[in-house]
Amino acid sequence: MNKNFFGKFDVKTIVATALGAALFLVLFLFVRIPSPIPNTNIQIAYGISAFFGALFGPISGFLVAFVGHALNDFVGGGISGVWWSWVIASGVAGFFSGCAYKFSDLEHGKKPGKMFFIFNIVGQLIAWILVAPVLDIVIYAEPVETVFVQGFTSFVIDAISACVVGGILAYAYAAIRPSTSSLDKE
Amino acid sequence: MREIKVFSYVDKGTIIHKLSGVSKVLCFLILTFASMFTYDLRVLLVLTMISLIISYLAKFPFGRYKAFLLYFAIFALVNSILNFLLAPTYGVEIFGSAHVIYRFNDFYVLTQEELYYQLCKIIKFLSIIPIGMLLFYSIHPSELASSLNGIKVPYKACTVFALALRYFPDIQKDYNNINLAQQARGIDSSKKASLSKRIKNTSKILIPLVFSTLDRVELISNAMELRGYGKAKSRTWYSYRPLQKRDYLAILFCTLVFMAVLFMRFAVVKNLFWNPFI
Amino acid sequence: MEETIIEFKDFSFKYNAQKKPTLNNINLKINKGEKVLIVGLSGSGKSTLGNCLNGLIPFKYEGDITGSCKIKGTETRELSIAELSKSVGTVLQDSDGQFVGLNVGEDIAFALENDNVKLDVMKKQVKEIATLVDMGDFLEQSPLEISGGQKQRVALAGVLVDDVDILLFDEPLANLDPATGKTAIALIDELQKKTNSTVIIIEHRLEDVLYRHVDRIVLISDGEIILEDTPDNVLSSDVLIKHGIREPLYVSAAKFAGVKITPDMKPSSIDTFKLSKDDKDQILTWAKSHMEIRKKDETTLLEGKDLVFSYDEKKKVINGISFEVKKGEMFAIIGKNGAGKSTLSKLLVGFEREDAGTIFLNGRDIKDDTIYERGKEIGIVLQNPNQMICNTFIFDEVAYGLKNAGVKDEEIKQRVEETLKICGLYEMRNWPISALSYGQKKRVTIASILVMRPKIIILDEPTAGQDYRHYTEIMEFLEKLNEEGQTIIMITHDMHLMLEYCDRCITIVDGRIYFEGLPSSVLVNKEITDKANLKMTSLYDLANMIGMEPNDFTQSYINAERSLRHARD
Repeated sequence: MNKNFFGKFDVKTIVATALGAALFLVLFLFVRIPSPIPNTNIQIAYGISAFFGALFGPISGFLVAFVGHALNDFVGGGISGVWWSWVIASGVAGFFSGCAYKFSDLEHGKKPGKMFFIFNIVGQLIAWILVAPVLDIVIYAEPVETVFVQGFTSFVIDAISACVVGGILAYAYAAIRPSTSSLDKE
Repeated sequence: MREIKVFSYVDKGTIIHKLSGVSKVLCFLILTFASMFTYDLRVLLVLTMISLIISYLAKFPFGRYKAFLLYFAIFALVNSILNFLLAPTYGVEIFGSAHVIYRFNDFYVLTQEELYYQLCKIIKFLSIIPIGMLLFYSIHPSELASSLNGIKVPYKACTVFALALRYFPDIQKDYNNINLAQQARGIDSSKKASLSKRIKNTSKILIPLVFSTLDRVELISNAMELRGYGKAKSRTWYSYRPLQKRDYLAILFCTLVFMAVLFMRFAVVKNLFWNPFI
Repeated sequence: MEETIIEFKDFSFKYNAQKKPTLNNINLKINKGEKVLIVGLSGSGKSTLGNCLNGLIPFKYEGDITGSCKIKGTETRELSIAELSKSVGTVLQDSDGQFVGLNVGEDIAFALENDNVKLDVMKKQVKEIATLVDMGDFLEQSPLEISGGQKQRVALAGVLVDDVDILLFDEPLANLDPATGKTAIALIDELQKKTNSTVIIIEHRLEDVLYRHVDRIVLISDGEIILEDTPDNVLSSDVLIKHGIREPLYVSAAKFAGVKITPDMKPSSIDTFKLSKDDKDQILTWAKSHMEIRKKDETTLLEGKDLVFSYDEKKKVINGISFEVKKGEMFAIIGKNGAGKSTLSKLLVGFEREDAGTIFLNGRDIKDDTIYERGKEIGIVLQNPNQMICNTFIFDEVAYGLKNAGVKDEEIKQRVEETLKICGLYEMRNWPISALSYGQKKRVTIASILVMRPKIIILDEPTAGQDYRHYTEIMEFLEKLNEEGQTIIMITHDMHLMLEYCDRCITIVDGRIYFEGLPSSVLVNKEITDKANLKMTSLYDLANMIGMEPNDFTQSYINAERSLRHARD
């Protein structure tokens, strides 16, 4: 298995990425699982970018989350028009999810390995503890304490969503890919 | 079933609607950036006025703000309270003075500076909201991709935008059908279920949704390749509207606004905030 | 005139992922301006043959090619998909999926956009082509706002902008209601005459394609060309039936009656079909001996009364519908796309709630039942099995509903195994679902509903996109369930299905019931078929030819079909 780190951005990948972004948007708008923390929902959409990233590479992962999140802010009558700092952070998280692409082979029925989870945790960490807070401070001059508390909450929740939901999808996908063993009627 | 329309576009034939999509996107970005670069209350108020005037020119149905404002009020309140709880003296730090209104204890002190900072922030959000809501109201969906390409976003990334918008309604419908069909098979979507149970149940909706969506990739990409997509370094767009004089004027206007903001910030106030306390 | 435009010579193709070649030693010449119909079962290689022409093979689906495939004298493998798309225009089966633009104009322009055609030239060309396919007034419409037939016109326009010489249609009728399918075939015919192009249609709905003249039929089975001949010659033999392709109704009716079909009877169209006096008498005698009607239980199981529903409070999608479904019935809801038949089914299972009216199950008003409670009584099977399957293994998938209901493991095992046996899946119970064919997956989803022991099963387009063999497989399975007492409601625009398998039907037009009664009476009534976008069957014409009441003749045909099917089992 000799894969390009960035994947190939062919027509199939473009289409898959677009459908991934549309899925991300649908989930972002409709599916929130209430979490034990009050007023905080688990955004399972990050499971989609994690899964598409692992399947198609970092560019795809970035675009799924970035386009999906940006459209959400426009469509959902979002809180602030477009909150660029969080949209960009989502994209960054998606990009890191996609870094697992080189190290996984879901297409041929291989289950996601530890790199899948490492990249998703690291990616969400960088997105929500570094990118989003820094941009919030720079753009919106939010106090450091607030952005980090918010960032940390987002990190925990989105990392869970990326690893658990993305993981479930990746496992299920690997399981339906053709394997070599033959099947017998019994 | 609640179904969301991505675009609320109706061609009202106003001066704003007549602009090319490229200038709409560009003006949106310039004005958004202008607002990012300042925390000067006076400037922000002027930007808000400009936003509202443009929306008025586009005959934006102002009734839509009503539903939104309630949503925003809650958001702003939560954000302000959170800020105060975590950093009650942030305003004092910024402006270097403390006009105390009420002292809860040594840590929690409510100051005019803090309230002023919060006010600035709310106005800052408000200044770009009308513009953000206006973009999808005034731009035709099919024009979005060509406009992004017009501001030099690579065309393949623009295609991702266009296709995501094209298939969003289909996927939304699929989601509803799958969700209901799974409920009919007894998925427990109530809040009583434990967290892990809820995630597991959700994934039982996600798996058919995601995999049946992936089934379509083959067909759509075939349809595109069979009509020559991806063979050239560039492509033209059927829905592209060439820039005209009014477009250049609009872009020039927004650029002047942006420069004025920068001038105020770096030449006049020489600070992000305008300090009324000195 | 006899200029060869496509030539396969000792051509074989094997997909990289497969052990055996999908196409074997194909020799086929197609002349410029010819109209060729390629028939064959799914998996026979007919779509693969189409993909060899448009370049998807070998450029997208890689594999080994031996022999030669030339288009206009050039080997296809020396070109590219993009270059081939200038000669071969492909209209895919799913015209909704093929619609990649956000509105009609944009989709038609797609090929031009990729060629970097200048805006003004492009606009002019799009307008011209759109007018050619009668879509000139719809350029601003989004894919959500136009019908399936219109989408197909757009798809056709989208390849015509390239000024292609060869038009390739991959199952153009699969997603269309009968009347729209007829229009589509007529449109293809007219365009061919206008543009003088070569037309290749891959389709298994033979009778519908033969609605207009076809030069040649090519039959493919197991990757080989079994026969190529004129329609008259092909229909005079039994080779189609042997290879799982359904013959036109009037031909099979005549064959049922023991009439020998010969090419000089011109069987390729009901309009040209000539029967001698003796033949007619023979058919009449046969028909009269098959006229009895099956009687079923008369207990009402499900009743809808004065149902009204709208999504947006403006347009009433369901506008005062009342009907009864009897116990043990195979019941069909038919009508064109958008008539309200799917919405009606959603009301029955509680996915949507009626604005007015009542639904009774066994005489009980079920208004207050939740989706889940209704799901236990009235199960629904979605059209696409992939939208229902959420487990990896067959057993788990079928057991899923019972597990959610908290049924004990032992009972689950027993009930699932019992259901799997009924569905013919027992031997595969430990297989992953991904190893199954589409039809088998469909059966898994039916099993997963059946296991809940619902009083009624609703199936949405159970045979959509299936060839005759798989269609028969699915329908015979449903018929068997029905004979064991299962009440079944089907939503469909497949007229064969309704005619052959259903006891009663309702026809919905614009949210109202336009007809309720025996299937044999629907398709012989011109007023109903016109209103509902259905199509009169050729049995109607044949009945007139032999001088018999079309209603009765159709019923005889259905009975004969049934007894033949049962004799086979």
